[in-house]
Amino acid sequence: MKVTLRTLASISLIFLVSFTAFAKDDKDKDQAQHGDPVNTPEEITDYIVHHTKDSHDFHLFSYFSGGKEHHVGFGLPVILWGENGLTAFMSSAFHHDDSGKEIVERGNSRFVKNHGVIYELNAGATSVEFDADHHPVNATKPFDLSITKSVFGIILIGLLMLLWFSRLGKQYKTKQIPTGFGRVLEPLVIYVRDEIAKPNIGHKYRKFTGYLMTVFFFIWILNMVGLMPFGFNVTGQLAVTAALAIFTLIIYLASSNGHFWSHQLWMPGVPYLLRPLLALIELAGTLIIKPFSLMVRLFANITAGHIVVMSLVAIGITMQKEMHWAGSTALSLVLSMFITLIEVLVAFLQAYIFTMLSALFIGMAVEEGEHH
Amino acid sequence: MEQLLENFSLDLFVKQTVLFLILIFLMVKFAWKPILKALNDREDGIKDALDAAEKARHEMENLQADNEKLLKEAREERDAMMKEARELKAKMISDAKEEAKGEADKMIANAKAAIESEKKAAVADIKNQVASLSVEIAEKVVKEELSNKDKQLKLVESMLGDAKLN
Repeated sequence: MKVTLRTLASISLIFLVSFTAFAKDDKDKDQAQHGDPVNTPEEITDYIVHHTKDSHDFHLFSYFSGGKEHHVGFGLPVILWGENGLTAFMSSAFHHDDSGKEIVERGNSRFVKNHGVIYELNAGATSVEFDADHHPVNATKPFDLSITKSVFGIILIGLLMLLWFSRLGKQYKTKQIPTGFGRVLEPLVIYVRDEIAKPNIGHKYRKFTGYLMTVFFFIWILNMVGLMPFGFNVTGQLAVTAALAIFTLIIYLASSNGHFWSHQLWMPGVPYLLRPLLALIELAGTLIIKPFSLMVRLFANITAGHIVVMSLVAIGITMQKEMHWAGSTALSLVLSMFITLIEVLVAFLQAYIFTMLSALFIGMAVEEGEHH
Repeated sequence: MEQLLENFSLDLFVKQTVLFLILIFLMVKFAWKPILKALNDREDGIKDALDAAEKARHEMENLQADNEKLLKEAREERDAMMKEARELKAKMISDAKEEAKGEADKMIANAKAAIESEKKAAVADIKNQVASLSVEIAEKVVKEELSNKDKQLKLVESMLGDAKLN
């Protein structure tokens, strides 16, 4: 049932994009300017890259009428900690401007938004200017506490998880076997406990299941939500996956025991000359490579999935010359449907892998030495 | 690498860290702890119930064996009792028969004795009557005969003759 819904959702996404594509044919190509539909490969690339990134407003879709671009969506709160303290306003104040042109004045501060980053203009400046390295010369970057699209997603899914699982937890007070949606969730909880936590960590698993389950369901649900049209690309944000990876790092470092460190720093059973070298490699693995691989694997898989799906959807536009609009639409429909199905699998797989590896690393850190 | 760094937003990192910490805390408190506790309790309960069932099965088997034994004993006892009863019955019947036969024999013997004694009495009685009748007849005859001398002699003679013959 879930898969069918996702597929339907992705089909509607495809149609949505395809319709925008058809609209552009009616226009004179010489009139290409800002406000035109996305049609050239460069614009499509920009569009895709833009959509894999975090943004300050919740943008559902755009349409064109009368030569103007209309955005459908809703603003999200922007909360900034800048030169003049805390400032909050709705992101709709920028009027969908992302090129630093629209200036929002609040109190003594003036803010502009450029490529998804909000800058606070220095006193007297009227527009943000950049040097060759894209560093603003006449503006500073305030600390951004905004409820961005990703933060919105995190909070929404967090609340959803809390609602679902606390209700499941409450059900056990009155009955042994949960009913309704709890019956769907219970096997998943048992799966994470029995297939991920127990075999990788061993008998000390109980202490870490809270973290592992939270991570698993957080990643999985957000991956799935990311596949839906209008969805969030939260698990495709490097900052999010980095935070998750560092959580795992901190947990397995904090719970590591003497046995673990003795093997890290002075590997037994190896020639003495090699031991310092091995210690270096082991330390690099534990401190850098493991969390880095966790971070990049999740980020890259999810971002790549988004890019591939959107690129296949874009075939409907880019291949029109070669294949006629019907052919290109059909091709993009079939391919993106196929890839979306695979992405549903990947969504689970990446959540599983992240949780499983976290459990494995924790298990290595808490493993007791065999007493010879 | 540069692309990666460009993608990295420190603000989002901080927000995710804080939010995720809160989420872990809330989930552990409100969801995972009660759920895992309930699941463990339930699994322990199931294990206990299975153990109890196994134990009950064993007890049932023991009981059944006991029952079997009891039944066997009861059956043996019944058979023994039946046999005894049958023997008793046979003995009683034979005893009764013997007794009845004895009684009958006795009765028959008594009857025979009575008949014998009756017969003897009857014979004696007849003898007596015959004797008195004979005496009476003899008296009458003698009275008659003695009235005539010749006849008396004759009679004596014939009587003597008879006595000889006897």
